[in-house]
Amino acid sequence: MTLTDRPGPPLWLLAELTYRCPLHCAFCYNPVDFARTTADDELDTEAWLRVLNEARALGSVQCGFSGGEPLVRDDLEVLVAEAHRLGYYTNLLTSGVGLTEDRAEALKRAGLDHIQLSFQDTTKELNDFLSHTRTFDLKQKVAQTIKANGWPMVMNCVIHRLNIDHIGQIIEMAVALGAEYLELANNQYYSWALLNRDQLLPSREQIERAERITNEYRAKLGDKIRIFFVVPDYYETRPKKCMNGWGNVFLTVTPDGTALPCHTAKMLPGLSFPNVREMSVGEIWYDSDGFNRYRGDGWMSDTCKTCPDKEKDLGGCRCQAFMLAGDATAPDPVCDKSPAHHVVLDAVARAQQPGAVTTAPLVFRDPKASRQIAP
Amino acid sequence: MSIDTPALASRFRMQWEEAQQAWVLLYPEGMVKLNASAAEILKRCDGSRDVPALVADLETAFDATGLEPDVRAFLDMARQQQWVA
Ligand code: SF4
Ligand code: SF4
Repeated sequence: MTLTDRPGPPLWLLAELTYRCPLHCAFCYNPVDFARTTADDELDTEAWLRVLNEARALGSVQCGFSGGEPLVRDDLEVLVAEAHRLGYYTNLLTSGVGLTEDRAEALKRAGLDHIQLSFQDTTKELNDFLSHTRTFDLKQKVAQTIKANGWPMVMNCVIHRLNIDHIGQIIEMAVALGAEYLELANNQYYSWALLNRDQLLPSREQIERAERITNEYRAKLGDKIRIFFVVPDYYETRPKKCMNGWGNVFLTVTPDGTALPCHTAKMLPGLSFPNVREMSVGEIWYDSDGFNRYRGDGWMSDTCKTCPDKEKDLGGCRCQAFMLAGDATAPDPVCDKSPAHHVVLDAVARAQQPGAVTTAPLVFRDPKASRQIAP
Repeated sequence: MSIDTPALASRFRMQWEEAQQAWVLLYPEGMVKLNASAAEILKRCDGSRDVPALVADLETAFDATGLEPDVRAFLDMARQQQWVA
């Protein structure tokens, strides 16, 4: 599609059912002010059923249920069953906490197509340290439950400075658990991870070593498992085409019903995003200012507007531009043409020193920390 | 499942999408939009027929001949993508 066409349908619907979560990941992608949304503010079952129906009618076909921890919602099975009935391919993105055998069987009966299980690390101590809870044994049990129900086994492990050197163990564990896909997703520096960036951004040497080891395992393991290794964009010179284009295929609905082109977009100033309580999904997708604002190239700074690569990356990520350059219409500072590229280079330069980059403690995601940061 | 009677791999689902006016292959967190001929071949990958039978079926349905090389080339690619086993 070109930059001026009417957008296609929101093929991908991400239903963030809740921000409640038993874990406290230091790299959590939920907004730092998530504690402002309480259980009482969450959409109820009826509202979610309507969202599923409206989005499907527009052409949504992949549906992800995430959070927080989506298993905290006891109507998850009802929502999955409806999504399945409507013809979605249904994905559950979970830490595995709360996935008992009974719930797994109920979700299977409801027609759940796929579970993505996230792991932090293979080293129990480090895992428990990073997630601040003793969840590791449980995840192993959950992986067995997933296999036993015949779901494809997809594992996701967020990679960062503190676990990247264990990459070989992570891959071996994934294989032992029967994973068919393993996503080694280098941390992206938003929300909580941005607060902890100095502690979490790996050095170039760490990344190169991890990539080399990953390639060795790929060669050794062949078709048995597909391993994806996502390099942190701080180490690139061109930004990613964020969300495959603003308001192009992705539609996120947050726990309180706010509709977003991407799960971090709420941070952008001067934009009010529509709520599914007040507008239909169709009006939101095609007509709202929030979704139209960064479509096309009219909003772009001259650096991007005149750039031969603009169709390739659409100027990168609006949130990253806002966070690092203070201007949502600026080029993503990951781009080496960006006037603010030095911000990325500085963070990368700091990450090259061996050992701890800072003595500041990690900030773990929890409601108390959230209320302190955003009262 | 043998290569002689190709079948869609269990983690893929194929369905008609009205909004896209196309058949699509769905899999964990992904989707491939199929062109018409890919869809016609994949519809027949149900593990019940071998490649010659599949080709014959297509040639009858579309009143065509000489489809075998294209079908084999597509199936090679589909196996590489692990769509078909
Ligand atoms: S990243 Fe961690 S803390 Fe955040 S929602 Fe996921 S499991 Fe919970
Ligand atoms: S200047 Fe803008 S459009 Fe060009 S590569 Fe950089 S971010 Fe992309």
